[in-house]
Amino acid sequence: MATAEATIQSGTTAGSKTGLWSWITTVDHKRIGIMYAVTALVWFLVGGLEALLIRIQLAKPENDFLSADVYNQIFTMHGTTMIFLVGMPIAVALFNYIVPLQIGARDVAFPRLNALSYWIYLFGGIFMNVSFLLGAAPNMGWFGYTPLTTEMYSPGLNADFWSVGLQILGIASIMGGVNFITTIINLRAPGMTLMRMPLFTWMALVQSFLVITALPVFAVALFFLSFDRFYGTTFYNTMAGGDPFLWQHLFWIFGHPEVYILILPAFGIISDVLPSFTRKPLFGYNMVVYSGVLIGFIGWGVWAHHMFATGMGPIADSFFSIATLIIAIPTGVKIFNWLATMWGGTIRFNTPMLFCIALVAMFTIGGISGVHHGSPPADLHQTDTYYVVAHFHYVLFGGLIMGLFAGFYYWFPKVTGRMLDEKLGKWNFWLFVIGSNMTFFPMHFAGLLGMPRRIFTYAEELNLATINQIITVGGFLTGVGVLVFAWNVIRSLKKGEIAGNNPWGSHTLEWATTSPPPEYNFAELPEIRTREPLWDGISSVDVTGPPKAPIHMPSPSFWPILTAASINLALILMMTEKWWPPVLGVALVLLCVINWAYEPASEH
Amino acid sequence: MSSEWRKALRTLALAALAAVWVGCAPENYPQSIFDPVTDFGAEINGLFAWIFWLTMLVLVIVECALVYILIRYRNRPGAEPRKIYGNNLAEIGWTLGPAIIVVLIIVPTVRTIFSTYEPPEGEPLVVEAIGHQWWWEFRYPELGLTTANQLHLPVGRPVEVRLTSVDVIHNFWVPQLGGKRYNMPQPAKAPGEAEGKKYNVLYFTVERPGEYYGQCAEFCGTSHAIMRMMVVAQQQADFDAWVAKMKDGSRNVPAGVPAPGAQPVAQTQPASLEAEGYQVFMRAGCAACHAINGTPAMGVLGPNLTGIGSRWSIGAGLMDNTPENMARWIRNAPGLKPDAKMLTFPNLSDAEVEALVAYLYSLD
Repeated sequence: MATAEATIQSGTTAGSKTGLWSWITTVDHKRIGIMYAVTALVWFLVGGLEALLIRIQLAKPENDFLSADVYNQIFTMHGTTMIFLVGMPIAVALFNYIVPLQIGARDVAFPRLNALSYWIYLFGGIFMNVSFLLGAAPNMGWFGYTPLTTEMYSPGLNADFWSVGLQILGIASIMGGVNFITTIINLRAPGMTLMRMPLFTWMALVQSFLVITALPVFAVALFFLSFDRFYGTTFYNTMAGGDPFLWQHLFWIFGHPEVYILILPAFGIISDVLPSFTRKPLFGYNMVVYSGVLIGFIGWGVWAHHMFATGMGPIADSFFSIATLIIAIPTGVKIFNWLATMWGGTIRFNTPMLFCIALVAMFTIGGISGVHHGSPPADLHQTDTYYVVAHFHYVLFGGLIMGLFAGFYYWFPKVTGRMLDEKLGKWNFWLFVIGSNMTFFPMHFAGLLGMPRRIFTYAEELNLATINQIITVGGFLTGVGVLVFAWNVIRSLKKGEIAGNNPWGSHTLEWATTSPPPEYNFAELPEIRTREPLWDGISSVDVTGPPKAPIHMPSPSFWPILTAASINLALILMMTEKWWPPVLGVALVLLCVINWAYEPASEH
Repeated sequence: MSSEWRKALRTLALAALAAVWVGCAPENYPQSIFDPVTDFGAEINGLFAWIFWLTMLVLVIVECALVYILIRYRNRPGAEPRKIYGNNLAEIGWTLGPAIIVVLIIVPTVRTIFSTYEPPEGEPLVVEAIGHQWWWEFRYPELGLTTANQLHLPVGRPVEVRLTSVDVIHNFWVPQLGGKRYNMPQPAKAPGEAEGKKYNVLYFTVERPGEYYGQCAEFCGTSHAIMRMMVVAQQQADFDAWVAKMKDGSRNVPAGVPAPGAQPVAQTQPASLEAEGYQVFMRAGCAACHAINGTPAMGVLGPNLTGIGSRWSIGAGLMDNTPENMARWIRNAPGLKPDAKMLTFPNLSDAEVEALVAYLYSLD
């Protein structure tokens, strides 16, 4: 303990210990956040590459660049990767790094559980993509509708990888959600009331509640599917009386909250970034918080709007239509509040701000086409066409990705101590804006002119070639933007301008400590009196100086990675289609958990 | 932004709008939603247009406000903005505004929802559209007629399309006829379970003769992209003539073929290539999956081939209906259309395939 104290007092840089082993056993929320971010960005490149393959295939009618089956694998994995391996984990990466800093905590509530989530996520992602090496990647679409996904119509390993892989990833997400809720509820600095929390932390809280309530539904749906496939149950078997609607309802009860799971973190980011770059507090903080919470709640009552073409009957169609359109109101409120935050400010066009502006401009388009889908008769045309593809890419690229990139450029200095290059950042921004609009805007027309989703080819006489060529060029421009970003990160890690504690003149607590923060985050916990502590002057305690008393930090542990490996193994062993291998796997998990529980708490 | 830039942008925007306007002309896009030929299509397009323009109003307001704010409040070094935390009146305003627009959308939406589920007045022509991986079966129970991939409909009479599937979920979409609904597989009934309505329906009346493309819109496996169909809308008299032709089974047995049940006469050279093809058809096992009206072929697994000679394509929109393509298709269908369920016939001789094609083309 003496040596540990010594290390902490000797320096303020994070990770006084280095080397591979220290990363494998780390329980530091900042290091886990970095690992999450790096992993998710690698998957982002993979998912982007898949998108470009899709675009090459569709660049001309009746193309044979990819075979039908390979194309189906690629589009399925593009969706699955971008949602489960990129969208959710990048948000988790930022939660991990930023939320404890924003609320003045030393770490998350359950540091080892946090490490466990990460390792499960890493192994699960690798497992799913290993399927490509066997030529058997999932090929049934990311929403895996039964009965297409049952043994009878998908006899190969493809759907096995999908159902088991997503089961694994879901476990990681649920654990993360529990961890963040506990952290945000229990570990706030003195004086940090709920209504003084930064918006990003607020949205992390709402999002985590959605995660722990929505993901278990999906887990059940996936277990039904896995049991049908491996053990001959008949939950989804229409021949045995299974109802084809069962999967759709279970899936979308998870799947629609999932949309808000993806987008709320971006709403949180923009709500923190806008004040920093306009030098004005967030306009209507309460309204923005409440509308976020409201979106979370109503988000539970709209799932069947994904099913307007399934013939649910006029009563159900009307109910879900009304619920869906009502959700446009709190969403609109947020957009108007962001505009009002900018109104009267002094707007600085740094890269994080530019991405936020793109978010407002593009998410609005996605929201508007969402309203079009919300009307079932109109949706009878739009659903299952490229109009929907355009809609959710405006929401997820225009909303989520733009928001996350705002977050990267905004918090990169805090994480690394160096600024990302502004000039490259602007190249990144313009390539993204031009490329993504060129990709996703024409998709509205493609859909209305008769192009269904998920087709590996289209007939020449449908005259859709020109539109698809424009889309393909746009896709590649966006891809160049990603390369510029990657180069910017690599270059700035070495040569970036030194950031200092608060390079943007921001208002929230994470900017009070050093960049990067020490392992213990704050030498002394400050007392919070307002929503913008750094603008209003935090209490006199010295948050960056050497700690005055020894700080108890959790010790590193290798049990999280072992437990993660055994949880993965237990689920993967279901693919043997015998009952005892997964039981053995569960025994292994229990063994790990017991060792974990009895691990001596050698505090330092 | 300099004024030249702004001018250039404005020109570009106008040019883009014009290009879109011209480019979207329905006659260029045979699968477009913009040229509905049914009451159903016109009704939902009308609703869509109303919602579209209402929401465009919101879009323009938001985007213009954004641009104005960015220009008006850009880079003002030294200016210290007032710390405004909110304004109840404004916030109530921009909650109520969208709420009013939402009401303006909901009212006609709900009305249209109910009207699209409403059966039409008068006796509709019932058509069963049955999805198969990856082709369409169309049955007319009232006419005792079955066809595939090419759906003939009369103009002016209400139609009720009953949507089902024999395997996975499909989605019947012919944009010019109106919206789409799912073809759901039918759950097996428990013993004694009452017969209920287990299928989706689309109601419409076609108002203009013509040929309209459609295709499956719900991902249904490997060749989902090649599950297309054509709707041929005809005046009632033309439709009746087509029905009469389809029902006349005697047309499908070429001259020179011994009548079913007749004593086999001494083996002589068949009278024609078509008659030879007929015999190849029966001999090679085609009839296990395919049916042809008026012949012993009564298979139900594959498309009914009555009238195959006059269909617009082979393989549910895969390729043009030509003798060469037909021959390729017979030899190796899955090689042309990934995972197609049709068997391959590598052992048929060239002469046999030629005769078979000739016979199939006589089925017009």
